[in-house]
Amino acid sequence: MDLVLVQIFNGIQYGFLIFLAASGLTLVFGILGVINLAHGSFYMLGAYMALTLTQMTGDVFLAVALGIPLAVAFGAVIEWAFVRHLYARDHLQQVLLTFALILIFNEVQRIGWGSYPHSVPIPSYLSGSIRLTDTLAYPVYRLALTAICAALAAAMFLVIQKTKIGRLIRAGESNREMTELLGFDSRLLYRVVFAAGTALAALAGMLAAPVESVYPGIGERILIISFVVVVIGGIGSIKGAFLGSLVIGVADALGKVFLPNLAGVVVYAMMAAVLVARPGGLFGRMVR
Amino acid sequence: MSSTRREFLSTALAAGTVTLAAPFVRTARAASGPIKIGLLLPSSGTFAPLGEAIARAAKLHVAGKGGSLAGREITFVALDDESAPPKATELTNKLVFGENVDVLIGTVHSGVAAAMVKIAREAGVTTLVPNAGADAITRAMCAPNIFRTSFANGQIGFATGQAMLAAGIKEAVTCTWRYAAGEEMVKGFKEAFEAGGGKVTKDIALPFPDVEFQSALAEIAAAKPQAVYSFFAGGGAAKFIKDYAAAGLAGSVPLWGPGFLTDGVEKAVGAAGDGIRTVLHYADGLDNPENKAFIAAFQAAHGIAPDVYAVQGWDAMQVLDIGLKAVGGDTAKKDAMHAAMAAAKFASPRGPFEFSASRNPKQNFYARELKDGKNRMTGMAAAMLADSGKGCRA
Repeated sequence: MDLVLVQIFNGIQYGFLIFLAASGLTLVFGILGVINLAHGSFYMLGAYMALTLTQMTGDVFLAVALGIPLAVAFGAVIEWAFVRHLYARDHLQQVLLTFALILIFNEVQRIGWGSYPHSVPIPSYLSGSIRLTDTLAYPVYRLALTAICAALAAAMFLVIQKTKIGRLIRAGESNREMTELLGFDSRLLYRVVFAAGTALAALAGMLAAPVESVYPGIGERILIISFVVVVIGGIGSIKGAFLGSLVIGVADALGKVFLPNLAGVVVYAMMAAVLVARPGGLFGRMVR
Repeated sequence: MSSTRREFLSTALAAGTVTLAAPFVRTARAASGPIKIGLLLPSSGTFAPLGEAIARAAKLHVAGKGGSLAGREITFVALDDESAPPKATELTNKLVFGENVDVLIGTVHSGVAAAMVKIAREAGVTTLVPNAGADAITRAMCAPNIFRTSFANGQIGFATGQAMLAAGIKEAVTCTWRYAAGEEMVKGFKEAFEAGGGKVTKDIALPFPDVEFQSALAEIAAAKPQAVYSFFAGGGAAKFIKDYAAAGLAGSVPLWGPGFLTDGVEKAVGAAGDGIRTVLHYADGLDNPENKAFIAAFQAAHGIAPDVYAVQGWDAMQVLDIGLKAVGGDTAKKDAMHAAMAAAKFASPRGPFEFSASRNPKQNFYARELKDGKNRMTGMAAAMLADSGKGCRA
């Protein structure tokens, strides 16, 4: 029984981390209508940014504080240079361009940091572990990470429900044309949303860096799982991404223990089941 | 529209026929002039540093002999295999039939190596495998022209099982990725461990390349075994080692594995890796004259210390050198050359090197402990251990 509780907790903790990455993807997908395959690359760049900035500043949270504005600026530049040309085009061209971005970022990573895995030190004040059972301890940083992710999720929810920009985002998500007809500058909104999405992915990468080990290809794994979450939660829905992340996290953790032979397919089976029952996702609009 | 479509199809068909037909033509090469060696190694992707170490050591060996072996100049032609099995067939064909190489050296990834060996054994081209550990390469797929200078997965698992028994461990949990290399290393481990009276209480296999280890760690903590035998590599290994230490398991349940668990990630794991026991056919600072000379030469050429992959690349050239010398550099005398290679016995930086009947190395496996970023030898895990070579009929 103990084991089940620990696994559920593991799943929730993993789910929170996925949520950070997936929320950015669902915003960009839902509001801009762009399939952004490079989202995982932003996660990877975040992780490597954490590596370099932590080496410079000595603390991963200082690195995060410096890294967020960098990521926002980076996202805005990418939107201006590449992504804004995609809004009127079909998904195939979006996939092509963002796939090219993956290749470019991977090469940048290889040139800049090399192929060996790196490690970002956990700050000394969070480096301990808490004993759960006589043989198992839980690292304090992971608990802190879960708390930070939960706080970020709450903040995001408040921004989207209570602020003007949040209202615009919701309006853009539910009806893009109507929002534009009402006179809102969607170009600016799009740039803000893309930059925010980039920053969320990079933030996830930065926060995860101390527990993840930083290595090439780190972003691809998170990209796939993020897409699964977006599909389950419903495209464009933050609430859906939140629930989807937790469902996937817990399913993954429990699947590994109770269905070890099917562990690799549990999350995808989950996605298929949701698609059959609710083709638009848990909180998505019905597919027209 | 339809005419351009038809044109396109016929062009594509013609191109396809040419590339399909080309593979089966291998012109005989002269017995003088340079010997062409094809390097099929990864120079991009996760395994790029491994491929680079192998290529550097191979070239260093030739450079040390003045650029020629057995009186014939050596030239290299290298292709990046990207560790992508779907591309392996095409790239191997390019080297074997397009470039018409005399000798093929490759590769790191077992899936790529399996596809490569399939072609190489049909074509009869002299082939040296400097890393890929898939058991089949020197078991069911073995052939007189296929030599491996690294290890078989099962062989290294077997040696680790013996070392754990010798350390007084009677009960263990295994933990690895569910893919060929992981499964073969666990299988070899169990063969030795269970034959010696050890008991495996649980096998944990995670989907490849999943690096979310918390649930596996909780299972290990609940099972409370005497030790854990695990195999991961690269970034996954670094994360597993750190998570293992952070879960408080490092103090109570010793972590064991094949050397690849810790090689190349020493810096990334830092103190979390201290005390991990591994078994490999090489160790940092192994004390023998060949190793000292090799380290000095490699350090001088590249400014870094060589690793086990470099040793495997270096020995591929040592084996080839022996074969070429036996036939006076005449690569047309293949049978004699392959026989001399199979009988090769020499001092490698890893210790004494010879081949078992299936042309896989018979070699020492060292017990090592990771401490302060170095995998130091603590004793012998298995002396001059040969792989079973089960199913090899050639």
